[in-house]
Amino acid sequence: MTNNKLNTGTVEPKKLEIKDLYKSYGGRVILDNIDLSVASGELCTVVGPSGCGKSTLLRMILGQEPADAGEVKLDGQAVSHPDTQRGIVYQKYSLFPNRTVLDNVLLGKVFTREQWWNPFSRKKEHTEEAMSYLERVRLTDAAHKYPHELSGGMQQRAAIAQALIMKPPILLMDEPFGALDPDTRDDLQLFLLELWEQEKLTIFFVTHDLVEACYLGSRLLVLSQYYTDDRGHEEHVNRGGRIVADHKLSTVTSSTEVKESAEFQALIHSVRNEGFNPDQLQHVSDFNLSHPDAYQTLLKTEHKR
Amino acid sequence: MKSPLVFGLHAHQPRWLKVLLAGIPFALLLIIYQAASDKRLADNPQDKLLPSFSQMADAVDRMAFQEDRRTGEYILWVDTASSLKRIAIGVLLATFVALLIGLNMGMFSGMSSLFASFITFISMIPPLAILPILFISFGVGELGKVMLIFLGTVPILTRDVYMAVKKIPREQIVKALTLGASEFAVVYKVILPQIMPRLLSAVRLSLGAAWLFLIASEAIASTDGLGYRIFLVRRYMSMDVIIPYVLWITLIGFLIDYLLLQLIKYKYRWYKAD
Repeated sequence: MTNNKLNTGTVEPKKLEIKDLYKSYGGRVILDNIDLSVASGELCTVVGPSGCGKSTLLRMILGQEPADAGEVKLDGQAVSHPDTQRGIVYQKYSLFPNRTVLDNVLLGKVFTREQWWNPFSRKKEHTEEAMSYLERVRLTDAAHKYPHELSGGMQQRAAIAQALIMKPPILLMDEPFGALDPDTRDDLQLFLLELWEQEKLTIFFVTHDLVEACYLGSRLLVLSQYYTDDRGHEEHVNRGGRIVADHKLSTVTSSTEVKESAEFQALIHSVRNEGFNPDQLQHVSDFNLSHPDAYQTLLKTEHKR
Repeated sequence: MKSPLVFGLHAHQPRWLKVLLAGIPFALLLIIYQAASDKRLADNPQDKLLPSFSQMADAVDRMAFQEDRRTGEYILWVDTASSLKRIAIGVLLATFVALLIGLNMGMFSGMSSLFASFITFISMIPPLAILPILFISFGVGELGKVMLIFLGTVPILTRDVYMAVKKIPREQIVKALTLGASEFAVVYKVILPQIMPRLLSAVRLSLGAAWLFLIASEAIASTDGLGYRIFLVRRYMSMDVIIPYVLWITLIGFLIDYLLLQLIKYKYRWYKAD
């Protein structure tokens, strides 16, 4: 640790650091030498075609699955099984169906600050704190409703409050708006951007929606299995998903109208070419890794100089 | 476009017709019984096979509302109380044990490796086949009967709880862990409350089997109980007692089932919402 600090000269480790990460299932490579470092306060969106391994990457940051090789570090610590160091919002199943919205938000406090088995240990200030989070996500009126009585958008806002009350160092989101209708989705995107600015959150946001990824991200990662390298094209060469582009973006929190602009359309077009086109394969040495934190360690077999 | 009332794929019944249709099979049964009973009693007034409704009413009055000359008890109520006690203890015990084992098996793969084959093995044993073993090892008193009900219902309940736990999305467990839940808290605070309505539904279904085991054990060795009485008066061909007893058992079973259903609906409003 100390040596590392001396060598690199960094004072603080990055929020999230992933190095040479590999994962395969039954002989099929899913994640193929992922290198990534994410700074605190970033809203990092990950987009890619289906099967590129973006959900796998999220599960590994979450600690739900072990890596085949490589490391995932959070604030300089190697990640272990899921715990309070990471918050998570899923597309579905984030809320506990048998609890009211307030109880769902309160649950983190009950687990960590009270005796969960003892109903007499409930504290008023925790309820007040939960209510203040509900206010922030504009759900005060729905506090005593059950999740199934809420619309999809309200459910996701409740799930965000439920995760935020734990003040997780990093908030992971797995296609959180994927099941919403387009209008609600636009609303929630704006809402998330506001929340991100106000609360100075670090968010790792996985989506398959290119527009959403380009609109939301302060940093956009394109994960894709559509690329080429110098490992050859024999049968046994089996390329998994890898970060093929890493953009620094500016975020606009005022409205979603920017999505219509020519500049935005051009960005989407270029990202589509970078990651979504199986007929147009970039070479690993040509990836557009323009973000200042981007880095890439290539093996000699991948890039023969 | 007109839909037919009763027959066909597109049939649709208004409420009054539904009630009427539901009553038809019952009415038919009563009419046929009445006719057959009248005919047999007209041929031979001493016939015991199909007693008339008034004979049955007399029997009910004798069993339920008059003290027995020998014991001074109201027999029907004493029988009901002892039977209900046995079935309640047996089923409650089975529910509790099934909940604990099924929950832990569903959550911890170590537990399921340990118990899954064993539970499957136990569930394959026909409970009535081991009735003699139970009576020999636990005696012909209350314990033997309760054990039969317990052993007869516990494997199905356990497997139902296990499957209910398995059906809960993995996301819920991970979510709870990210909220700081300990393993104990995940099992007993997150998962347990979610499977309670499923457990109660399973109990409703297993009550039929529980009654079967109760009546069987009471028939073989007992001194009171609904099943005991039915098999006792069988010796005198007292159909006027047997038929009301069977109806009474049916009614109790129906009532318990209904109460459990109302409990589920009232206490677990969120259930089946998805």
